[in-house]
Amino acid sequence: MNTEIEIAGVKWKNPVTVGSGTFGSGMEYDEFIDLNRLGAITTKGVANVPWPGNPTPRVTEVYGGMLNAIGLQNPGIDVFCERDLKFLEKYDTRVIVNVCGKSIQDYVDVVERLSDEKKVDMLEINVSCPNVKEGAIAFGQKAEALTEITKEIKNHAKQPIIMKLSPNVTDITEMARAAEAAGADALSLINTITGMKIDINRRTFALANKTGGMSGPAIKPVAVRMVYQVAQAVKIPIIGMGGISNAEDALEFILAGASAVSVGAANFINPYATVEVINGIEEYMKKNHVEDIKELIGAVR
Amino acid sequence: MKKKTTAIVISQKNLAPGIFDMWLETDLAENAHAGQFVGVYTEDKSLLLPRPISICEVDHEKNAIRIVYRVAGRGTDEFSKYSAGEKVKLLGVLGNGYDIGKLLGKSVVLMGGGIGIPPMLELAKEINAHNEALTDGDKMKVSIVLGYRDSMTFLKEDFEKYGKVYIASEDGSVGTKGNVMNVMASEGSDGESADKTADNEDTIKADIICACGPMPMLRAIKVYAEEKQIPAYISLEERMACGVGACLGCVVKTKEVDHHSHVNNARICTDGPVFAAEDVDI
Repeated sequence: MNTEIEIAGVKWKNPVTVGSGTFGSGMEYDEFIDLNRLGAITTKGVANVPWPGNPTPRVTEVYGGMLNAIGLQNPGIDVFCERDLKFLEKYDTRVIVNVCGKSIQDYVDVVERLSDEKKVDMLEINVSCPNVKEGAIAFGQKAEALTEITKEIKNHAKQPIIMKLSPNVTDITEMARAAEAAGADALSLINTITGMKIDINRRTFALANKTGGMSGPAIKPVAVRMVYQVAQAVKIPIIGMGGISNAEDALEFILAGASAVSVGAANFINPYATVEVINGIEEYMKKNHVEDIKELIGAVR
Repeated sequence: MKKKTTAIVISQKNLAPGIFDMWLETDLAENAHAGQFVGVYTEDKSLLLPRPISICEVDHEKNAIRIVYRVAGRGTDEFSKYSAGEKVKLLGVLGNGYDIGKLLGKSVVLMGGGIGIPPMLELAKEINAHNEALTDGDKMKVSIVLGYRDSMTFLKEDFEKYGKVYIASEDGSVGTKGNVMNVMASEGSDGESADKTADNEDTIKADIICACGPMPMLRAIKVYAEEKQIPAYISLEERMACGVGACLGCVVKTKEVDHHSHVNNARICTDGPVFAAEDVDI
């Protein structure tokens, strides 16, 4: 049985990674699971300098999911390289660094800083965080802006680049095509869906940021639909995510056309979720006599 | 080591309107101590995140922890209906807890307000247990100040086993009218009712404060401690998702750049919930 997949020339031992921002750099989950089991670890977004993030409350629960407005708090690329990448060196897993910025130059600075880091296998470019005022989603909601930033990053990046797409657009296939045409090596989708919750007793917003990104099982059908649509529209590989809690969820994304999947908010609910997804995919393959996971990718048309 | 595990309800009772007291048999008890908390999962799958609830008491012999919590929504309402023998999923043990090493030889004032009262019980109990093994110079003297809404003084008898208990109630029905700070204003060693010419055993001597309660109370304690130039350790609460330090949801502003985040934010779930009051900007 073969669970190995390949994205932009990078082989993963299995198709399971984590949603950026739900897993830190793995340190916090090291005491729950064996990080070596993961196909890849996708880190929390990192910028050229430390970002303090948004005021609290930053998270709130909603029916079947949650809203977050962390605001990309991160320690900056220098600390990230010295501490987080050093920690990840011990593990036999692929490392995808999620990169964020306020301007194209911010992104380029981080991408260049990472170009000589041997442990970094791929870069995921965050052009879809809905919770920061500048940068991020500003590049992910207009095809022209996405084209420009993708080209510029591709010019400077040593590692393959994955553009992470926002669902908060009219037509996600238009964004996917723009990223592909501009040189993206892969796509990841979906980022969170912008939402809002109001506290009726206090007559205020549940989040200090007013709006937040929705994640969790409730968004899964939207995410599966978008992965399917994008898989029909582009040739580059897709990392699918949005509400994956178990192997059944992950397999839906793979059958819809994702080459790999990310477990996101489920980590907060069940710290063992990633390993359970990996084991569950293997059990499904055994039970259904699937020799190679690649047989399943995009098998439902 | 943190883990997600299944506990069994030993007992549950209603202490006061909306306040419940549940003992849970769990191997998490082994490493649990005062000021730490557990994440409690609901059976209702539309409510995904574990509810952070402080540990009120640990019984190492029975391998059990006690949680005393307020029904604040659908999740805690579900917990309040559990009865002996039922299973509950827990994530734990979470948070840093109080450092008793910092209290040795001191006159310690334990302050609890509202649903911040329960975690102070295990601290009182641990201080008491430490005292039995300590030489006189290192023994701690404990005063306990509890602030309630009204005359429903839950856990008061439990605290009386470990030190002198002073009560405040918002409606004035028991003890001092007002909150814990009103108790300090009248009963403190330099308070209104103290005989300042004598070494008055009945007053509250505060070398150090440990507290848990609503934010206005903790802010007042921070100010009080700064005025008196004494250390205060306060336990904070914030909306959290993962409980283990990954999501960065539950941060508090810090005076200095935090060692982990490299910005002026610390994670309440992991770097706290107990912080030195002088280190946080609340």
